[in-house]
Amino acid sequence: MTIVVSELRRRFGGVAALDGVELSVRSGEFVALLGASGSGKTTLLRALAGLEFPDAGRILIDGRDMASVPARARGIGFVFQNYALFRHMTVAGNIGFGLRIRPWRSRPSRAEIARRVEELLELVRLPGLGGRYPDQLSGGQRQRVALARALAIEPRVLLLDEPFGALDATVRRELRLWLRGLHDRLGLTSLFVTHDQDEALELADRVAVMRDGRVVQCDTPEALLARPADAGVAGFLGDAARLGCEVRGGMAWFAALPPVPAEGVAEGQAVAFLRPVDLLAEPGEGEARVAASRQDGRGVRLTVAVGESLLEAVPAPGWQPRRGEACRVRVLAARVFPA
Amino acid sequence: MRRRDALPGLGLALGVTWLWLGLIVLVPLAALAIRPWELGLAGVWASVTEPRVLASLRLSFGAALVAALVDLPLGLLVAWVVVRYRFPGRRVLDAAIDLPFALPTAVAGLALTALYAPNGWLGAPLAALGVKVAFTPLGVAVALAFVGLPFIVRMVEPVLRDLGPEAEEAAATLGATRWQAWRLVVLPALGPALVAGVGLAFARAVGEYGSVIFIAGNRPMESEIAPLLIVARLEQYDYAGAAALGLALLLLSFALLLVFGAMQRRLRRGLP
Repeated sequence: MTIVVSELRRRFGGVAALDGVELSVRSGEFVALLGASGSGKTTLLRALAGLEFPDAGRILIDGRDMASVPARARGIGFVFQNYALFRHMTVAGNIGFGLRIRPWRSRPSRAEIARRVEELLELVRLPGLGGRYPDQLSGGQRQRVALARALAIEPRVLLLDEPFGALDATVRRELRLWLRGLHDRLGLTSLFVTHDQDEALELADRVAVMRDGRVVQCDTPEALLARPADAGVAGFLGDAARLGCEVRGGMAWFAALPPVPAEGVAEGQAVAFLRPVDLLAEPGEGEARVAASRQDGRGVRLTVAVGESLLEAVPAPGWQPRRGEACRVRVLAARVFPA
Repeated sequence: MRRRDALPGLGLALGVTWLWLGLIVLVPLAALAIRPWELGLAGVWASVTEPRVLASLRLSFGAALVAALVDLPLGLLVAWVVVRYRFPGRRVLDAAIDLPFALPTAVAGLALTALYAPNGWLGAPLAALGVKVAFTPLGVAVALAFVGLPFIVRMVEPVLRDLGPEAEEAAATLGATRWQAWRLVVLPALGPALVAGVGLAFARAVGEYGSVIFIAGNRPMESEIAPLLIVARLEQYDYAGAAALGLALLLLSFALLLVFGAMQRRLRRGLP
């Protein structure tokens, strides 16, 4: 199932929620729509599902124009941010809903539906909970029921709106990996909306970064981090620090850091984005000073004072930095854009 | 040692509740229940089984039930419009829904009578079609439907607001038509609120007096409601007879409200 979106526009009142979205998703891909709130990512997802009607532009799914296809005929699985489970139905009733409402010619028999529901409960690892009501489940369980309900109609495209938004950190991590596995196993083409860059970068084959109703860049996580399309994307990803510099002769010159290559950037004032992993702090007399040091899951991170700015950096291997100690900072890489 | 509770104050709250309920509701009701027996059992029975009394009870309960059931789809529609759509005048409509509460019922009765009388704005064209509203049981039902509507709207409105459009959208993405989404998702979710609204509208309608007596015409055996008969007996200083009829009204209403309550509980499965 390929998805091609071209020139998609949608205005709410005076505000353009979608302002010429271009996106193409290959069959079997797992794509994240990443952006700040208000960037149009949920509107795009809803437009794909047929819950929102674009003012202009086209959506092609498997080459077919979706303009005149209502939501119920698209056969797209949609998982809502708040799950939108039917509270008066049991879990089994919720999951079987999409099968029970089919016209009688294509409706599976009652026994067949019950069997499918059991299978799906097994798939989302909730066996035996079919008789519960949604209000009797935890957040993570509800999320999986919503997913099973969406999968019951055997969609080939799965859309998820902030699927892990309401869950706590541990459940979130676990569900992420499991969902990715499920996607691969079922051969789905999936799009999910998130504002969490870690989630997007960890999970997706490609990440579409959205801003002001447009897809600014759609690339693999590696390419996004290595070659952000513009200063906005660079600033948004990888907790990068923003530092003013000047480009002269293919090099970016900083006030207090050694210069780095900046080929292809116009001469003059520029901004550089430096991720913590781009900066290596080494012991020795230099212009920098260790302002703080902290340990997190990924290792030791230093905050170093360089001139007037505070930058996050990684200490050289084998060095035990102390607060206030002088150091040198090496810039391993930087992404430079004209100011 | 006393058990501790996360929600303290049960003893105090329950005590005040019983005291309040006792003074305001139970004592007057007890007085009502005690009063008729000076007639003796046979006397009470004879008093409430007079043909004119039975006819009035039939009319009161029948018209109240019809009015509540007519209000059901109407109230649902009004609540739907107020919750789901944004249009100019929505606030005015929202405020107007409660007018039947605010208006003195006698004023509503006079207005309805003027409107539906054979020479009224609505009464005249209806009379030309051969439909008589004022001074018939139909008129009684119309007046009761008028006072009952806000109950349904106000019961359904918050539930509908809480349900949000997502449930319907979810149904649509699963392949449901509009009608299926309504029948299988929206209506069941609103069920308890709808039944509660019907119960309230019905209870109010049974006891309604002011708005009905003008439009009813009060012809014995035909368009005379039970509360009017009570007033008539009081005016004849037949206090025991009035109390007997009052007690009959009370017991029948209570029985029907229990039925509504049971229906509501049945429909509430899975809902908060």
